[in-house]
Amino acid sequence: MNIVVLVKLVPDLVEELEIDAGGKSLDMTFMRQIINEHDEHALEQALLLKERKGAEVTVIGLGTEGMDDILFTAAAKGADHQIRLTGVGDGPVNNHALARAYASVLGGLNPNLILTGVQANNDLDGALGPILAGLMQWPYVGYISGVSVGDGRCTVRKEFTGGLIGEMEVELPAVLGIQAAESPPRYVAVSKVRQAMKTMSLDELPAPALDTQGGVDVERMILPEGGEHAEMIEGDIEAIADRLVTLLREHGAL
Amino acid sequence: METKTIDSSTQFLHQLFEVVPDGERINLCLQCGACSGACPFGYIMVYPPHLMITAIRAGMIDDVLACDTAWMCVSCYACTQACPAKIPVTAGLTTHVKEEMLLAGNVPTELQDALEKAQRYFNPLGESPRRRAEWTADLGFEVPLMAKLQRPVDVLWFVGDYGSYHPSSRHATRSLARVLHALGIDFAILGPEEVSDGDSLRLAGEIGLFEMLAEKNAAAFSKYEFGQIITGDPHAFNAIKNEYPRLDITYPIHHYTQFLLDYLEPLEQLLKTELHAQVVYHDPCYLGRANGIYDAPRQLLDLIPGLERQEMTHAFENSLCCGGGGGGMWLDGFRWEKSKARISEWRVREAVSALGQETAEELGSENGHRRVLVVACPYEPSRFEDAAKAIPGASGLEIKEIAELLAAAMGIEE
Repeated sequence: MNIVVLVKLVPDLVEELEIDAGGKSLDMTFMRQIINEHDEHALEQALLLKERKGAEVTVIGLGTEGMDDILFTAAAKGADHQIRLTGVGDGPVNNHALARAYASVLGGLNPNLILTGVQANNDLDGALGPILAGLMQWPYVGYISGVSVGDGRCTVRKEFTGGLIGEMEVELPAVLGIQAAESPPRYVAVSKVRQAMKTMSLDELPAPALDTQGGVDVERMILPEGGEHAEMIEGDIEAIADRLVTLLREHGAL
Repeated sequence: METKTIDSSTQFLHQLFEVVPDGERINLCLQCGACSGACPFGYIMVYPPHLMITAIRAGMIDDVLACDTAWMCVSCYACTQACPAKIPVTAGLTTHVKEEMLLAGNVPTELQDALEKAQRYFNPLGESPRRRAEWTADLGFEVPLMAKLQRPVDVLWFVGDYGSYHPSSRHATRSLARVLHALGIDFAILGPEEVSDGDSLRLAGEIGLFEMLAEKNAAAFSKYEFGQIITGDPHAFNAIKNEYPRLDITYPIHHYTQFLLDYLEPLEQLLKTELHAQVVYHDPCYLGRANGIYDAPRQLLDLIPGLERQEMTHAFENSLCCGGGGGGMWLDGFRWEKSKARISEWRVREAVSALGQETAEELGSENGHRRVLVVACPYEPSRFEDAAKAIPGASGLEIKEIAELLAAAMGIEE
């Protein structure tokens, strides 16, 4: 059983995001990037499957700055192989281009299951998983919060709105978009990550020339503009209550 | 199976002997149980310190690690203080048991969250490293950053995580800045170049993370020239004074209360406003028990006009922890689940008992004496402020850091 986990870096929202001088993309100068939260869950789900049934877990990410730490952390957590996808440049890559790049190289790794985060905060042209599955002509199910693997197929738990869970069988090989792993991503001590950095190496997988068709063209990127629909009611409790009653009457709620 | 268990216990003991100063003193344990009696949460632990030692001696360390009550340890040094054989219980035994639990993945989720934030942002609060010096805004004078100053300074002020970021502790940080400024001290801070001192992460067992953070601070220290480091954070003080030297990072450091003892005369000149306050001083574990600093904070308080100081039942070596140590800042939910108790509330009860409750006339009146629980550690304000809301008779109790009272008596408090 070979499980491939695709991870990517996304803007860290702990920092204020800024728009660059061109007005069409985020300013990367001071932007922090972190692993996409759902990708971290995809890795955890892969490690849980490995512990339960045995599997070779390969983690692949774009070979950009910051990815090495993520790959070594994955190694310290128990992944078997860590690969940097190279030759894709340093700039943002749209998911159509990324999916084409992965579709052309992943076959060589003979995966039975490809897990990736169901979405990322910087997805502009759809999520990676379904585009990749389409190109590989494999089944795809997204919003998954549980996976068990049987003979040539897996059973997945898919989250629907309203707290409904659907359980379905998927033939392997398949691509799954993970919403949440069955348990929270595990903690790995820094000493173990440092050990991994000393003793393990990262493999490289060169990507073919990028074909970026299908992505979206950003015309303008703007910060949310303040609306004029909010009225802050000030004063003491009596005054606030009076104003509130008046407003509710005006709007026909009382 | 049995052989493996004995091996891991023996291995653990050998590691203690090797990496912990005086670690071999653990062999001197006569099972008197003083450590477990002194431990504020000893009654809740399946393996309180003396039983941890028994179990490890019996080759049962796996049982100790499989049980999660070691996470009740607040690393307050009460056990170490009580031990007649001078066994490094906190620095050696409990910290390394937590390390083993952490390596095995037995970490409460809320603590894991803080550890991940500290890895990612270099502070356990998960705040932006770029905003570390944001507290300096609008003071009316500039708090210089070393990177901008481009010259040697007398004093490098290590502000620490909670002093930099936590809304309940930032006020005290700003007060200390005002006091240092009023005294004309030549000081600067590292700002975004400063990272967590890492001490409480180390005491929560994350020794690798502590070392990584120490190396980052060392890299920042080495870029600049300064006479000494001062800090208002007893955990930063403990780390830089006692732990960084083991990593060959050696700088002179003082807690600011020690540092200000050199300025008693000019301070006295400036302390002109009477405070009309009855106060009790809470000895922080890492200023008091861990580092023996009991007098400097009290000396400063005694300079303040109109301030009447009393002692709580637990004071000096017997001081009670606020509950924030050993990872406690990030284990409140876990510890509440286990104990249904908050030791910060025990402490606030002691303060109320020492200072007396306000009378019906005094409630809401401005004429009465202020009652103040004085602290000297940035972990404490939020813990005691919350506790004061829950304890009967504590509604009028103020929680103030020493620098806040100094600034108030100087008439420069905001």
